[in-house]
This record gives sequence, C-alpha cells and structure tokens, in this order.
Amino acid sequence: MLYALTPVAWILSLSLKRAADLGDRRFLPRSLSLEHYRAIIADAQFPAALWNSIGIAAIATLLSVTLGMLAAYAIVRLDFPGRRWILAGALATAMFPPVAIVGPLFNLWRTLGLFDTWPGLILPYMTFTLPLAIWVLSAYFREIPWELDKAARIDGATPFQAFIRIIVPLAAPGVFTAAILVFIFAWNDFLFAAALTSTDRARTVPAAIAFFTGSSRFELPTQAIAAASVVVTVPVMAVVLVFQRRIIAGLTAGAVKG
Amino acid sequence: MNASRRSERRLGWLLCAPAVAALLLVTAYPILYAGWLSLFRYDLRFPGERVFIGLENYASILSSEVWWRALGNTLIITVGSVAVELLLGFALALFMHRTLVARRAVRATLLIPYAIITVVAALAWKFAFDPVTGFVNGLLGLDTAWLTQRWTAFFVIIFTEIWKTTPFMALLLLAGLTLVPTDVLQAARVDGAGAWRRLFGITLPLMKSTLMVALLFRSLDAFRIFDTVYVQTRGAQHTGTVSILGYNTLITRLNLGLGSAVAVLIFLCVLLIALLIIRGFGAPLFARREQP
Repeated sequence: MLYALTPVAWILSLSLKRAADLGDRRFLPRSLSLEHYRAIIADAQFPAALWNSIGIAAIATLLSVTLGMLAAYAIVRLDFPGRRWILAGALATAMFPPVAIVGPLFNLWRTLGLFDTWPGLILPYMTFTLPLAIWVLSAYFREIPWELDKAARIDGATPFQAFIRIIVPLAAPGVFTAAILVFIFAWNDFLFAAALTSTDRARTVPAAIAFFTGSSRFELPTQAIAAASVVVTVPVMAVVLVFQRRIIAGLTAGAVKG
Repeated sequence: MNASRRSERRLGWLLCAPAVAALLLVTAYPILYAGWLSLFRYDLRFPGERVFIGLENYASILSSEVWWRALGNTLIITVGSVAVELLLGFALALFMHRTLVARRAVRATLLIPYAIITVVAALAWKFAFDPVTGFVNGLLGLDTAWLTQRWTAFFVIIFTEIWKTTPFMALLLLAGLTLVPTDVLQAARVDGAGAWRRLFGITLPLMKSTLMVALLFRSLDAFRIFDTVYVQTRGAQHTGTVSILGYNTLITRLNLGLGSAVAVLIFLCVLLIALLIIRGFGAPLFARREQP
C-alpha cells in the first residue's frame, strides 16, 4: 500500500501546500490551500490540453476497438489463410520502438497538413493500440459460446448479422476491458504528443505538463504541475480501481493464456 | 472449395483489412521511409540540400561516442530496472499467490502505478528527490542533488521505472503461477522436497514461457525508455538514452537523415534483443500462443 500510494500522496500534498511552504521538505502540508488548482483552471494551457487529451484518447479508443473487434472476430471464428500471420504481426508491432517512426511521421504529417492536429495523434495511437486490442479481444472471443452464433446463422442470419446481434452483446465485457486499456495507453503517451504537436491546438496533457512553464522563466511551477497531475490522475485511477478485475484479466490475457 | 467456405475466407480478410492496413500504414511504411531517408544528407533547416550519401550517416553514428554512450546508458537502465523488477515482481506474485486474505487489496494497489501517466510519475519522483522541494533528503538526512550527478540520476530514473512497472511484472508472473499444477507441488512436498527445491525444480521450469514473455515485454519496453529520462534529466549528466538521442536529432535538431539512421539502428537493436531473449529461452513462442 505504502509502495503504491507514496508518490500519489506526495503529489497531492505538493499541490495543496501553500506556495510559501514549498521548500519546507516535509511530506505533509502544514496548511491546505487550493490556490494552485484555481491557477491551472484559470490558465489557458491546461484546460485546452485536458480537452485535447480526452477527445483524442476517446476517438483513438473508439477506432482501435472497432477495428480490433472486426479483426479478432475474423481470427477466432473464421478459417482463412494468413490469420496466424496477423496475430504474429500484431505482436511484433507491439514491440515496435515508437521513436523509430517519430521522424518519418513528423515529416509526413507536415507534408499532409496533419502536424499539430487531432487526427495527427489519433492515427498513431489507434495503430499502436491495435495489437493490444486484437490480443485482448481474441482472448475474450475464444470464451464465448459460439453455438448461439451458429444457431442464428441456421435461422437465416448472415455471418455479419450474427456478429452484430449475438456476439457483440456477449463480448461487451471484453470490449470494455480493451477500451480501458487502449484509453490508458493513449492517455499516457508522451513521445508522439511531444513530437507531433506544437501548440494548444492538439497538445495533450502529458506534453503540456512536461513543457509547462510558469510565470517566471527560471522557476519550475512545481505546484501548478502537481495540481494538474492530480486532476488528470484521480479520474483514471478511480476507473482502474472500479474495474480492477477486468483490467488484470485483460493485461495478462494476451501474454499468458493466448 | 464450396461457396460458403470461399465467402468465409473473403469475410475473414475483409474484417481484418482495416486493422492490417492501419498497422502497415503507420508502422511498416514509416520504418521503410526512415530507412530510405537515412541514406540522405537531409536537414530540414536546409531543405534544398538533400543529397544521396549511401551509408555515410550510419558510419558517422557508429563512429561517434554519443551513440555508444546513449546505447550504454539505455542498457544500464534496461538491465538495472528489469533485473530488480523480475525479482521484486516474482516475490510479489508469490506473495499474492499464497495469501488469500488481502489479495484483493494488494491487487488493487498494484494497479495504481499503472494508472498514473508516466510523465506524472516521473515528475512526482523528481520533485520528491529535489533538494529544495523534496522530502527524500529530509527523510534520509542527506543533502544530495540527486539529478545533477550521473549515477545518482541513474538511480532516480531506474527507481521510477521500477516503481511504475513492477506491478505489471507481478501480475504477469501471478497469471503464470496459477498455471502451475498444485498436485505436482503437493507430490513433491510429500516426497520431502523443500520450499526452495520446489521453487527451482518445479515452479520456475514450468513458468519458463511466462518468464520469457514477461522478460521480453519489459526489456523491450525499458529499452524504449523516453518519458522518464526526458522529464527527469532531459539526457543531461550523460544519462541520455537512444530514444532521447533519436528524438533530439529528429525533432529538436530537425536532422532527418541522421535521425532516421538512429531510428533504424534502434529498430535493429530491438529486433536483436527480441531474438536473443527468444533464442535464449528456446521456447516456441508463436506455436504456444496460437493454440487456444
């Protein structure tokens, strides 16, 4: 408990300390103050970054899970040559070093006008999370009682109808798990956000926090950063704790059960 | 082949096509493009002067001290963090496997580091180790400026990495532990094998492929380390990693030719590490994974 919570408590404490107490080297604040929260909300940078982060991560998640769902269904249910290659390829992509493509993407995005835009970040996030989505979803899809699907097809439904009507509702928990994991990945990314954005138009929270500059050039706005960190950490942490069972299953499904 | 099988096949490809297209477009194409760019002298600050120079970029990188130091730093961080994580993660996994009482609570807390943005975690520890605002020095009675010296900076970076990713390791290993059949362990215990014998003789060999997957994932992940180093030192005090070097060459200095060559070299390193780990364990990774 202590292990996991120390930095969280610490950053919370930093964000609540009064500016005058910053240098007191104490773990807990002497007196509480919300001044830094008011400061970041009044600041133009942070709300913009928060909105970018939420929007970009949500759209990337939606796309990644949709594409992953189609592919995972085909891999688990349909017999066609090359499906093993798709799984192996997805796995290989999961180990791909993102820094290796940051440069070419930077150059391409500038030419295509995608630099510093939402789609410019959504595309790499969607792609880098696809392997995760495909693995988690195919692990879940294998557990589904497929006889129902067959029954629907005997009753005259096309494979596509069977997919939408029968499988999607059954697979919802798996889809939900995949969505959380994908969202956290996109929410967490710093490298692409730092390299492919330059202004508040598309800069996400991790990049905004890392490049945060206070009123004074020589002083790192430690406490404003701490307050911003708390704002972006607490909701995700709450979601993760509520759905912990599913997340653990999802995180380990691809690696061990697969 | 009858019509329904043919249509099944077509549907299979159709359903996979968008995912495969996206993967090819955003990973395969850029890495090939990087390979192509790496053969040019191409600096975005002087876009007119794009000259084909063959492998000259590679020659200048491989003969520069900067690359080898960055590679050395990356390996220090990778080996340092993965080794500790493996031990700590295994101990945690064993603990969670044994106790039934606090299992839920332990698992919940383990997920907290996972839920925190890496940049935030890196900053939290940076502020904690800071001599002015931090509490670590006060706690230990020291007066060290951790991030201004090379080895203490490595310590902070590796510490942050370990804090952030040990839970993932522990959960992976726990999943592997539950696959070890308890009756075999019971039989060994009846035959008089001690706890350590059972651990090294039965549990670990049976967990071979889980261990390999965990090691593979974490090593490659650690090798790509960027966020923590960037936030904590920006690569100062000679702590820069290969990802930092690639980023600086490409994005900060806009040298696409040289930067692309760095990118290709990083890609090859990752490939090499993956092959070494897979061969080292000798486990048939793909065969195992595809059997449901």
